[in-house]
Amino acid sequence: MIQALIFYVFAAITIASGVMVVSSRNPVHSVLFLILAFFNAAGLFVLIGAEFIAMILVVVYVGAVAVLFLFVVMMLDINFVELRQGFMKYLPIGLLIGVVIFAELFFVVTSWVIAPDLITAAPAPDPNAVTNTHALGALLYTRYVYLFQSAGLILLIAMIGAIVLTLRSREGVKRQRISEQLSRTPDETVEVVKVQRGEGV
Amino acid sequence: MLEIGLAHYLTVAAVLFTLGMFGIFLNRKNVIIIMMSIELMLLAVNINLVTFSVFLNDLVGQIFALFVLTVAAAEAAIGLAILVVYFRNRGSIAVEDINLMKG
Repeated sequence: MIQALIFYVFAAITIASGVMVVSSRNPVHSVLFLILAFFNAAGLFVLIGAEFIAMILVVVYVGAVAVLFLFVVMMLDINFVELRQGFMKYLPIGLLIGVVIFAELFFVVTSWVIAPDLITAAPAPDPNAVTNTHALGALLYTRYVYLFQSAGLILLIAMIGAIVLTLRSREGVKRQRISEQLSRTPDETVEVVKVQRGEGV
Repeated sequence: MLEIGLAHYLTVAAVLFTLGMFGIFLNRKNVIIIMMSIELMLLAVNINLVTFSVFLNDLVGQIFALFVLTVAAAEAAIGLAILVVYFRNRGSIAVEDINLMKG
């Protein structure tokens, strides 16, 4: 009973904030509603018994991705009014495709059956004996360790790519260059001037 | 109604996925909202994976959701970096102008 109530609250807030993400006038509000949607989805995950994914969702999405979005939205000086032109023009086709996709998904959700002789690849242990995080770790670091390492590589590549894309050397910025300072020799920096008496340099 | 089962979670995921797709069509000019819609769709996929994982008593779904999350984070970082570079070059983020590389 209370579980159903909590489920409906979380689901309703998730979907409502999803609506606000796509229809909000101000992109900053969109990002904030995205954060709300992620929080409530994490609540759904906790409710279903997947605590680790819920915590990772909060840490990764709310802590990193949403803040990244917020930084970009606030940093770029964009005329959002101009970008919203054509909003009403695209509404009918968007609604049409949305309805079609939702109808298809609904048919799939309501009509599938689980194969009776389904082979479970990694049966979940008893949640009272082993926590969800423990069970996931025992699986991730043994059978899926190569995939885990590949995920780390993907993150490394993304980090290097983002840095390479956005790093630029600006002209006209005074900055200490230690290698240039250390490679200077007296020949090219010190000039001996023969000063004539009474004339100055 | 009061018994929360697999279908309830799948319906939430389906609605979220549809919303994400709807958002892509609705905000054709604003790349930032399009990327947020993609994040919504990935969240819907994750809800599906975790739901099946729990109801079929199979942990692989949660492992896969973890990797989807990783790739989504990498995608957001790269996408926003591209967006920043594009904004530096053009002074706007209008999507319909992003066809300059077509030869």
